[in-house]
Amino acid sequence: MKDSLVLLSRVPAHPDSRCWFLAWNPAGTLLASCGGDRRIRIWGTEGDSWICKSVISEGHQRTVRKVAWSPCGNYLASASFDATTCIWKKTQDDFECVTTLEGHENEVKSVAWAPSGNLLATCSRDKSVWVWEVDEEDEYECVSVLNSHTQDVKHVVWHPSQELLASASYDDTVKLYREEEDDWVCCATLEGHESTVWSLAFDPSGQRLASCSDDRTVRIWRQYLPGNEQGVACSGSDPSWKCICTLSGFHSRTIYDVAWCQLTGALATACGDDAIRVFEEDPSSDPQQPTFSLAAHSRQAHSQDVNCVAWNPKEPGLLASCSDDGEVALWKYQRPEGL
Amino acid sequence: MERVLGLLSCTLSRALWSSGLSEQGAARQPRIMEEKALEVYDLIRTIRDPEKPNTLEELEVVTESCVEVQEINEDDYLVIIRFTPTVPHCSLATLIGLCLRVKLQRCLPFKHKLEIYISEGTHSTEEDINKQINDKERVAAAMENPNLREIVEQCVLEPD
Repeated sequence: MKDSLVLLSRVPAHPDSRCWFLAWNPAGTLLASCGGDRRIRIWGTEGDSWICKSVISEGHQRTVRKVAWSPCGNYLASASFDATTCIWKKTQDDFECVTTLEGHENEVKSVAWAPSGNLLATCSRDKSVWVWEVDEEDEYECVSVLNSHTQDVKHVVWHPSQELLASASYDDTVKLYREEEDDWVCCATLEGHESTVWSLAFDPSGQRLASCSDDRTVRIWRQYLPGNEQGVACSGSDPSWKCICTLSGFHSRTIYDVAWCQLTGALATACGDDAIRVFEEDPSSDPQQPTFSLAAHSRQAHSQDVNCVAWNPKEPGLLASCSDDGEVALWKYQRPEGL
Repeated sequence: MERVLGLLSCTLSRALWSSGLSEQGAARQPRIMEEKALEVYDLIRTIRDPEKPNTLEELEVVTESCVEVQEINEDDYLVIIRFTPTVPHCSLATLIGLCLRVKLQRCLPFKHKLEIYISEGTHSTEEDINKQINDKERVAAAMENPNLREIVEQCVLEPD
């Protein structure tokens, strides 16, 4: 287990500050990082080293909490505590601000692009989730304001292939939304976590959703369509979601992020105990009641809380992480033999 | 004198341990925790109350016994503080929690994880307050609010 997660490189990405989030571009060649220093940095390789290719220092007045690349890779969205979301267009080596999305009453906590590239979602401490439509002329329009959560919304993520949106909240729940007759509605609420849900990740097929929480567990939820074989009840035409697995006893503090590798199915977590863990599903386990084993555990991956883990979308086993210590680290993960 | 006694006690317990007569580290641990707890207390007792011209120690919002330090592993500690707010007013309790966190984040020299709670039974919405003051994202955002930041800075300012 010790050798399954090997450190490749460590970069002081946001010195004297904390690094909150990381995002790989769709091509897997660039890594965007953002932090408490209000900056966004773009990292790439030059030979064997990771170097900073660009810095975006104007644009936000407060912490940049999350960044997200558009599916085409030409745009980067940044969500900030200054209550705005900026959209940046990538030119040769630079980034130019295309527009600033305003409307949230306070800190924007997350931003995510739908796989189609035409929709964007943001969420905030103001308890709402906003859905934005973007047209060919780079015009952004808010098409829905969803007020389903009763508290601060921490994270939003889109389904890998459907126009289905998921959100995680301080109210301890996960909610799912879809478009119904020209409006967006909340179609499911996943209850079970006993404290703030910090992050979410869909599995490669989109049939399962992983959530991680301040309650120190990861929960795996499965979608059951109406008329399913397993006899899981659905109301009307909406699918039902059921918690099919809970990973507890592995993490000793809040789990801030979970990432599901779209290439290999490995599940990585970022924890407040400074560690990174990777879980693999047992190949012989029942799909309705899967079991996961701890495949790698880097105890002191960082010197402070790990805030984010992100799998490279093209290179299997390449994992990036970042921490309150301001550093970004790159790891090579290899599934241990016999697991 | 206390320091000499402390060293003697350490030496004694180490001797006991190496002779197999005492559990490894067991006799030594409580002393480390107490020292660490005192280090923490020394930093928080001078924090000023946001409303009154007194320190948290003077108002008994914090006391020596309200600090607990546990060893997580070598060189890493869990610090737990249970404070008693002077009035059952939400925003003041949250503000005190914020001051405690900021002071220790900046000044505590050893590696630590911090949990801050309102001492049980002293507030009607203690669960709500505890959740807020232990949510580091909420704390970070609050400290970027200039008004709030100014108040906190005034409270944690080291006395001349």
